[in-house]
Amino acid sequence: MSKPIDQAKNAEAFLADTVHEQRLDKLLWVMRQRRDAAARLVPEWEELRTLASAIKEHTLSRLSGYLLEFEARATANGVVVHWARDAHEHNQIVYDLLAEQGTNMLVKSKSMLTEECELRPFLERRGIRVTETDLGERIQQLDDQPPGHIVGPAIHKTTHDVAVLFSEKYGSDPKNEDVPYLAGIMRENTRPGFLHAAAGMTGANFVVAETGAIVVATNEGNADLSANTPPLHICSVGIEKVIPTTESLAVFIRLLARSATGDTITQYTSTFRGPRKGAAMHVVLVDNGRSERLGMKRFWHSLKCIRCAACMNTCPVYRRSGGLSYGSTYMGPIGIIMMPTFEIRKYSELPFSSTLNGSCSNVCPVKIDIHEQIYGWREVMEENDQIQVVKKEAMRVADEVLSHPTLYQIATETLSTALQVLPHFAIYNRLNAWGKHRDIPEAATETFHEWYRTHRLNRNEVSSS
Amino acid sequence: MNSIQTLSRNAILDAVRGNQPAARPMPAIPRYHASQPIDLVATFCESIARMAGVVVTEQISDPDSFLRNKFPDAKVICSAVPENPGTIKPASLNHWSEASTIDVCIVRSPMGVAETGSILLSDFELQVNTIAFLAHDLVVLLDPKDIVENIHDAYEHPHFKQRPYSVLMTGPSGSGDISGVVVHPAQGVKTLTVILSRGPGGDSRNG
Repeated sequence: MSKPIDQAKNAEAFLADTVHEQRLDKLLWVMRQRRDAAARLVPEWEELRTLASAIKEHTLSRLSGYLLEFEARATANGVVVHWARDAHEHNQIVYDLLAEQGTNMLVKSKSMLTEECELRPFLERRGIRVTETDLGERIQQLDDQPPGHIVGPAIHKTTHDVAVLFSEKYGSDPKNEDVPYLAGIMRENTRPGFLHAAAGMTGANFVVAETGAIVVATNEGNADLSANTPPLHICSVGIEKVIPTTESLAVFIRLLARSATGDTITQYTSTFRGPRKGAAMHVVLVDNGRSERLGMKRFWHSLKCIRCAACMNTCPVYRRSGGLSYGSTYMGPIGIIMMPTFEIRKYSELPFSSTLNGSCSNVCPVKIDIHEQIYGWREVMEENDQIQVVKKEAMRVADEVLSHPTLYQIATETLSTALQVLPHFAIYNRLNAWGKHRDIPEAATETFHEWYRTHRLNRNEVSSS
Repeated sequence: MNSIQTLSRNAILDAVRGNQPAARPMPAIPRYHASQPIDLVATFCESIARMAGVVVTEQISDPDSFLRNKFPDAKVICSAVPENPGTIKPASLNHWSEASTIDVCIVRSPMGVAETGSILLSDFELQVNTIAFLAHDLVVLLDPKDIVENIHDAYEHPHFKQRPYSVLMTGPSGSGDISGVVVHPAQGVKTLTVILSRGPGGDSRNG
């Protein structure tokens, strides 16, 4: 049984280094502001969110029918459709296709699903050389790290980090931190891969049942190159990504990039319906826990997610701790509510990495009730006895104190005095999770009740008499 | 499909059928046109400029000399349009990876989108899809009358239901993956230039 991921502990190193922490916080907040500005320019923005949510809920409520419709249409278009129950089946299908093609080289564009399935190590153990072609994903691959953000995988790294990494891996100038120079190094080193690989792989943002199409949104053009240049295109996609029609696709495309980066659209929004002449196209539909989540009354709405990362950009915990601290494929608010469905024990602590401020739900383009689900998962963890003893005991005491007004009054007055006189070690220790990485606010000289007794109580008595 | 995959397919579909929530209605999707008619060409130009694309609005009588002037060092010009001879045609490429030898590619788009500044391309116009990605610079002819207002209109184009490959392309390839600084290019073309020019005739929307 896996030990629970301790997100707060993992974030310690990131927090200790103020350069990265402050930079990430600022950068992601700019994204959030850009998102707000883009949304304000669309008068029907809130209607689009409502529509997107309703379309997703409709589709998920009839998912089996839409999956069959997609399969029939895609097959008629010349696509070979595969079904994978779990990560291992998915990885095996991809490997078998590559083996059949007789290739040991794969170029791929970014796909969180392949991260979820741990495809790359699976293929590499079998002698396949995998090249990530998304710039951020490639940086993370070279640094032997998973993505730290679902839209910008290396967003937590500074230009200095990238310059040093590229100099180690590509022999470029470690002192040259000019971003166009670094992007050029990547281009020089990656583009030849497209020309020589016998297979290319993409994920998909949407699957259109009506036309049998998969739709991929990128800024770099690497998905189009991965899919169009080699003679074999493999697309892996989760079963929840299906939407009914091309007409409904328009709603999501209007929301996706605006929510993610504040742009109106990504540079390339590509629709693949079938293979070109002389080439092959395979789509692997992956379940890996999704059908089970569909049956969870409180949590199935998380399947509406379109992976824009707006919830991460707005989350104060995410912005100050970085995506790697979550120790999970999906991170930030959406990760917190998705990961426990994969492995409840391992991700039992994640739902506590939230302030429950609700900002994530407010920016979600498909109106997932993220913060309510986070709270719901906390309840599940308690019901399943997955909460740390210290946290549980603190909550039990709080419950007792808050439900008895006299006890509460005594506690606040005593604590207020205690905070003023207790030595540092008595306040900041492992029993006080709040005292980690933050100072306890200075205690007021008197509690509200004390102030009220002095300033208001007697006056009220006088005025009412 | 082998027997394991048939088993998996049926197991997934059974699990989905057993777990999917009670049926929810599919909403009607409005088209959201602006309440007042908008200048589609001007909006298109503003939108594509935001994504680092360049629009040429003045009449180009001789596309060939325009290309020679704009890209003086270009040796290989791949033309997918009758208006320009180019030095090669897409059909002359033996392999789709050979498109990497192209300096400049010129192609006509059947549709532009004012809301986003996107142009539509498909395997029908490109013939060899990679010419729009492996070339260094991409020049796109677009008839102003083929500009639609928004993405809802755009996805009504028959290409999305008929062509194996179609792409809404908006500016040259780019990336903000290093420190959030947007740079061009990433993996695709370095520049995208749209020339607003009347089509040779016929209805390009039926491509």
